[in-house]
Amino acid sequence: MSVLTPGRKAERIDRLAELTALADETGRSLWQEAFARLRRNPMAIIGAVIVALFLLLSIVGPLLAPYSPTAQIWREETSTAQGIFPGPRAENWLGVDHLGRDFFSRMLVGARQTLLVGVVATLVGFALGTLLGAVSGAAAGLGGRRGRWLDNILMRATDVLLALPSLLLAVSVAAVLGRSLTTVMIAVGVVQIPIFARLLRGSMLAQANADYVLAARSLGVRRWRIVLSHVVPNSLGPVIVQATLTLATAIIEAAALSYLGLGNPDPSTPEWGLMLADAQVFLEVRASWAFYPAAGIVITALGFTLLGEAMREALDPKLRK
Amino acid sequence: MFRFIIRRLLQLVPTLFGLSVLLFVWLRRLPGGPETALLGERATPERVAQIRAMLGLDQPIHVQYARFMRQLLKLDFGNSIQTGRPVTQEFLERFPATIELTVVAMVIAVGVGIPLGFLAARRHGRWLDVGTVAASLIGICIPVFFLAYLLKYVFALQFHLLPTQGRLSAGLQRTDITGFYVLDGIMTREWDVVADSLMHLMLPGLALSSIPLAIIVRMTRASVLEVLGEDYVRTAEAKGLTEPVVRRRHILRNALLPVVTTVGLLTGGLLSGAVLTESVFALNGVGSFVKDAIFYKDYPGLMGFILIFAITYVLVNLAVDISYSFIDPRVRVR
Amino acid sequence: MALLEVSDLSVVFARRGQREVRAVDGVTFSVDSGEVVGLVGESGCGKSVTSLAVMGLLPKRGVRVSGQAVFDGMDLLRLDARAMRDVRGQDIAMIFQDPLTSLNPVVPIGVQVTEVLTRHRGLKGDAAAKEAAELLDRVGIPDPRRRLKEYPHQLSGGMRQRALIAMAVACRPRLLIADEPTTALDVTIQAQILELLKDLVRESGTALIMITHDLGVVAGMCDTINVLYAGKVVETAGRRDLFARPRHPYTVGLLGSIPRLDTVRGERLTPIRGSVRDVLPWAEGCAFAPRCDRRVDDCLNGPPDLVPVNGRGHEHRCVNPVPPEAVPTREQVEEMV
Repeated sequence: MSVLTPGRKAERIDRLAELTALADETGRSLWQEAFARLRRNPMAIIGAVIVALFLLLSIVGPLLAPYSPTAQIWREETSTAQGIFPGPRAENWLGVDHLGRDFFSRMLVGARQTLLVGVVATLVGFALGTLLGAVSGAAAGLGGRRGRWLDNILMRATDVLLALPSLLLAVSVAAVLGRSLTTVMIAVGVVQIPIFARLLRGSMLAQANADYVLAARSLGVRRWRIVLSHVVPNSLGPVIVQATLTLATAIIEAAALSYLGLGNPDPSTPEWGLMLADAQVFLEVRASWAFYPAAGIVITALGFTLLGEAMREALDPKLRK
Repeated sequence: MFRFIIRRLLQLVPTLFGLSVLLFVWLRRLPGGPETALLGERATPERVAQIRAMLGLDQPIHVQYARFMRQLLKLDFGNSIQTGRPVTQEFLERFPATIELTVVAMVIAVGVGIPLGFLAARRHGRWLDVGTVAASLIGICIPVFFLAYLLKYVFALQFHLLPTQGRLSAGLQRTDITGFYVLDGIMTREWDVVADSLMHLMLPGLALSSIPLAIIVRMTRASVLEVLGEDYVRTAEAKGLTEPVVRRRHILRNALLPVVTTVGLLTGGLLSGAVLTESVFALNGVGSFVKDAIFYKDYPGLMGFILIFAITYVLVNLAVDISYSFIDPRVRVR
Repeated sequence: MALLEVSDLSVVFARRGQREVRAVDGVTFSVDSGEVVGLVGESGCGKSVTSLAVMGLLPKRGVRVSGQAVFDGMDLLRLDARAMRDVRGQDIAMIFQDPLTSLNPVVPIGVQVTEVLTRHRGLKGDAAAKEAAELLDRVGIPDPRRRLKEYPHQLSGGMRQRALIAMAVACRPRLLIADEPTTALDVTIQAQILELLKDLVRESGTALIMITHDLGVVAGMCDTINVLYAGKVVETAGRRDLFARPRHPYTVGLLGSIPRLDTVRGERLTPIRGSVRDVLPWAEGCAFAPRCDRRVDDCLNGPPDLVPVNGRGHEHRCVNPVPPEAVPTREQVEEMV
């Protein structure tokens, strides 16, 4: 009976066997896998590039602006009555607006304000919403009957907030707070609170029923530890995706609120949404005043949306092979 | 089945109660206090005293709330500061215009969105699919009011193709029965009125439909993609069934289920969008009223309309939920 | 002339950005009228893909199919889509592994049966409903009239599979392909379903291709058995020959790894060492070589050819096959079979 004699061929097979074994034996965490998948996704790359450019613009924009965005330097050259406004030229790359301010500088500085609006609004919604959702979810999971009662109350409250169409809720909040940029940020943020709350709570409750939680409990791990070190980190995925998408919608909703007259009554500080809203009346005369901020908003919102959607796909356990 | 409906209606009660409480608090938090809010800044001292008495502002809170609730249940929101007329009357006069607009927008969103989403899913990975996804992503990122202005500018002012003002061209006569121009025109067989008012609804409807259209396309596409990978579609193919049968009974019947729920959720967005679009096209609907109410600080008007919007939204979602249980046998209550 | 003759069938999956995968690598087998043929192998050996290719159910994009599958004089692989739709459900039918996901959840069972009758036999309305009820009755579903209006989630696992079988035999196909029909079911139900299939086949003279990883299933049903490994047939034999005198080390390994009631307590199970992933591309040698105890140098000289063992159609693909004596006794085999 011939048996394989030890030699090069045996080693060859064994090595080949090793090589053909698939690579996913390595235990990569959910995040690492998701990140790897993101890197290959063209949507994610485009989104990330746009977001990066926008962030860059927000930071260096004001430094690069050739003139002050609020100084009405060329006021005498403009005439609203006659519809005369200097167009793009050597001194003003994007021309001059109806109050004689350099449009290019306004665009550059406006990026930062726009980012601020988006970030603050998202933060308001994220911070308060996840707090609410975490309390609610933890109460439901840990608190026994009283906890479930608390959870019920909180969720009913969010239902009430969700019963109002988002723009109208924002309008209501803004009406109470008075007209300013901060108002817009808070109003848009408040609209997002119930969304984040429900999302985190739902995520936590889904985790609570997961097998690994049961396993941890059976090993004697304390419940609050489970919540803090296992349930919460695993629930964050969808919330982070939502935060990214919210940034996009926040900027757009802020623009809508400005259009409705709830934004900063002083239109000097440039913010793309406000600039877009103010430009509507001049559409026939100088469409570019609306076009540039609109393009800025659309592209930025698109960037965040692409990134958020790509992240959602990357974290989706159903798509893991 | 009835018990199911009753149960769902009862679940509404706490939500509506919460809404009324919210409104109550909101009213009192407005700048200037509820008296200024309800009467406007140019109110005479006598009227202010009247309102104080009526609201019972010197009474304990629960009494005030009780009075507030009583008014709400009578659908008495007071008089609009802008027009001086009862808010409810303003609403009744204006809502047909908005309904026509939102119906047109929804028809466009569903009529274009579902087939497009289906086709994109069928041709997954190819140009139509990529283009559709890109277009729908861009669609949700365009501010609606800007799109409205853009359409008005491009289509009407530059090309003179479609009307941009109002609901009916000047000079056209119509018989008024319900306030719904299209419906009335059909009923009285005034076909020129029907055609003309539909033309007037085109541009605003298009603008309003942009976001729902984008969402429906993406939802349908995602849903169809998921269904295409399901085993029962493979079974249907293995049976040798024809393409139309597979498409209708096996793919769409399942894929459209989540789209139905989405449509309910979209009505909220449509109502908001109406606020932003109507005034651009000089449509005298509830949306433009709300926009003006914000500007003129017409809080009674604002409060009344927002409450009605909220109730409508909640009821529409309830209707969608109930009808969902009819179409998905797994959910059906036995 | 065989009912179905599959010759040199190959299926290559070539998706963008990923390596090509030869799921099926030159598979040849045949099925005679009324014959029960088994396709046996572990997960990933290509048995399911083979049947999907024959049925034309593989996706068009990213998949390359070559070879021939001649059914009744027609090469199924060359038929256009419309012609293939006519064949499916009527001449050749297929049932799949998971009865729950294989049924449309929002359409009543009755409709899912009558749609086949309408499509291929032109039956409609009451005539179709009557026939559907009879079919459900034939496959052993109690109270068939009521079941017609019910939905899949209202039926048990066994009944769902029976319903699927009813849909498959509705138009009296000449060939039925069953892809792991019992894997998702409880053991007691398994036996019932297999009995049902046997009855149907015997009664109507339908040929059956039984795809499974379970040799026990195969032993009770199949006339001819093809053992697949890594996309190729490594042994093919009649039932008795395969169980009495298996020659390919993989087949022997499969047989040896079956736990049996009469095994001495404490005796270890004998699995095949390594795993399905320890595979060598056929181009370089025998794909089973990394896991084989009988490996010799010759095993690395490219793919072994199929060699006949006797005149009864027993063939295997091994250069160092297991000698006929080193195999369970005849008594043991009779027991299994």
